[in-house]
Amino acid sequence: MLEIDGLQAGYGDVRALFGVTLSVGAGEIVALLGPNGAGKSTLLNCVAGLVRPRSGAIRWDGQDLRTLGAHLIVERGVALVPEGRRLFGGMTVQENLELGAFASRAWGGRRAGLERVYTLFPVLAERRRTAVQALSGGQQQMVAVGRALMASPRLLMLDEPSLGLAPRLVAAILEALVAINRAGVTVFLVEQNVPAALSLAHRGYLLEGGRIVGEGSGASLMADEHVRRAYLGPLAVRTPSPQGEHQ
Amino acid sequence: MSVLAQQLLLGLLIGGLYGLAAAGLSLVFGVMRVLNVAHGELIMLGGYGAFWLAALFGVDPFASLVLVIPGSLLLGALLYWGLFGFVVRAHEETRIKNSLLIGFGLALALHALAVRLWTADERSIPTSYGGAVLSVGELSIPLVRLATLTLALVLIGALQLLLSRWRWGKAIRATAEDWQAALLTGIDIRRAYLLAFALGTALAGAAGTLVTVAYSVSPSIGLEWTLKALIVVVLAGLGSMLGTFVGGLVLGLAEAASAATFGGPYREIVGLVIFVVVLAVRPRGLFGR
Ligand SMILES: Nc1ncnc2c1ncn2[C@@H]1O[C@H](COP(=O)(O)OP(=O)(O)O)[C@@H](O)[C@H]1O
Ligand SMILES: [Mg+2]
Repeated sequence: MLEIDGLQAGYGDVRALFGVTLSVGAGEIVALLGPNGAGKSTLLNCVAGLVRPRSGAIRWDGQDLRTLGAHLIVERGVALVPEGRRLFGGMTVQENLELGAFASRAWGGRRAGLERVYTLFPVLAERRRTAVQALSGGQQQMVAVGRALMASPRLLMLDEPSLGLAPRLVAAILEALVAINRAGVTVFLVEQNVPAALSLAHRGYLLEGGRIVGEGSGASLMADEHVRRAYLGPLAVRTPSPQGEHQ
Repeated sequence: MSVLAQQLLLGLLIGGLYGLAAAGLSLVFGVMRVLNVAHGELIMLGGYGAFWLAALFGVDPFASLVLVIPGSLLLGALLYWGLFGFVVRAHEETRIKNSLLIGFGLALALHALAVRLWTADERSIPTSYGGAVLSVGELSIPLVRLATLTLALVLIGALQLLLSRWRWGKAIRATAEDWQAALLTGIDIRRAYLLAFALGTALAGAAGTLVTVAYSVSPSIGLEWTLKALIVVVLAGLGSMLGTFVGGLVLGLAEAASAATFGGPYREIVGLVIFVVVLAVRPRGLFGR
C-alpha cells in the first residue's frame, strides 16, 4: 500500500504541497479531486519520482520512495499515466507500448503484456503500426494507459485521463480502469470530472491549495455539500440524489 | 560542363563524410541537448588513431576502423563520465551554456595534445590503392573517396538499425523525445545519455578515419569539422540519421556548386548562408520533427 505522510513540495519559490497525508490501500481505487493548481499533479509526480519533495514521507509497501530514481520506482511496480499523456509521438502504437515494458520487471513478459493491452483496447490492435500522432485523443489516452500497464504495475496512477475526451470515450477509459482494478491493480486516480471519478472510486480525497480538505467514501463525498457546491455546480446542491449519479 | 560535373561529384563524395560527421553531433544534441563543440576534435583524434595504427603497425586505414570505432566508444564513455555527465544534471538553459564551456575547453586541450603528439604538420596515410580512379565517361571517380562515401552510408545505416531495433536504441530515441516520459517507462536516462555520447564519439572517430584516408588530418581540422557538422545538423534537422546523411550530401554539393560558379573562396561561405537561411525559413530543418 501507498502511504504519504506530511508531504511538502514546490518549485523554486512556489510551494505546491503543504503537508499532505493520505493512503491508498492494496486493491483500492482512490480518487484525488481538486481544482486546477491544487497540487494534484505535483503529488503524483512526487510519488513517481519526477518531483523531489522538500519533506515528508512516501512509502510504498513500507519502502521509502523519496530517494529512488524515477526509473527504479517503476521497477517497484508503480506506474504513472502522466498529465497530457506524454507519448513518444514519432513512434508507433506498438513501439510506445513496448517501451512501457522497458523496466526489467516487465521486459520478459512484454508479449503477454501487449496481448493484455490489445484485449483491453481492441482498437489499438488494429492501429498497432500507426504513429501515435495520427491517433484521436481518445486512442492516444488508451495508448498512455496501455503503456503504463505494460510495466505490469501493482499501483497505477493516472493524472486526469479523461481530460479533453468526449463522454463516450471517458466512459471507455473509466470502464477499463475498473477492469484493471478487478485484475488486482491498485488505482490512484486524479480527476476533474468528479461524478465520473466518484462513480468508480472506493474512496476519495479533496485537495485544495496544497492541503487535504476532505476525504471519504465515494458515496459520502458525492453527497457532501462542499463537494457539490465546488465541483458539481449550484444546481447539484439543490437536488441531492447521490444514487442517481452512481453506477 | 564536364568540369562542373567532376566538381559536383567530388562535392558529393566529401558530402558523405559531412553527413557522418554530423550524425554523431546530431545524436548527442538530440538526446542530451548538449552541443559538443569539441566534436571536430574527436574527429581529428579518430584520424590520428588511424594514422598511428598505419604508421606504427602498418594497419590498413580501412581495417583500422575495427579498432578506432571501439576505441572511440570507450573514449566517449570516459568523456561522459569525466565531463559531460555533469552537464546533464543541470537545467536545460544552463546545460547549453555549460556544455559550450566544457566543449571549448576540451577542444583546446585536444588540439594542444595533438600538436604535442603528432606536431602541427598535415598527415595522410599512403596506401598502394590510393591513386586508383574509376573512369565513367568524362568523370573520374577516386576509388578511395567512393569507398569512404559507401562506408559512411553503411555506418549511418547501422546506426539507424541500432536505434530502431536494439532495446537501448529505442530507449535513446525515447529519451530524445521526452526524457520525463522515458523515466516513467523505467528507462535509466543517464545510461541513455552515456550510450548516446559514446555512440556519437564512435561516429566521430569513424568519420575522422575516413577523412584521413581520403584527405588528410592535422591538429587544426577540428573547428572546421565542427562547423560543417553543425551546418548539416541545422540543415537536416533532428530525429533522422538518414536525413542527416542526405543533409551532408546536400552541403557537399552546394559547396562544390558555389565554388564552381563563384570561385574557390565561396565554398566556405555557402554553408553559412545555408545555416542562416534554414534557421530563418525552416528552423526544424529539412527532415526534422
Ligand atoms: N513546473 C512548475 N514550475 C513552477 N510551478 C509549478 C510547476 N508545476 C506546477 N506548478 C505550480 O504548483 C502548483 C500546483 O500545480 P499542479 O500540481 O500542476 O496542480 P494541479 O495538477 O492540481 O492542477 C500550482 O500553483 C502551479 O502553478
Ligand atoms: Mg494537473
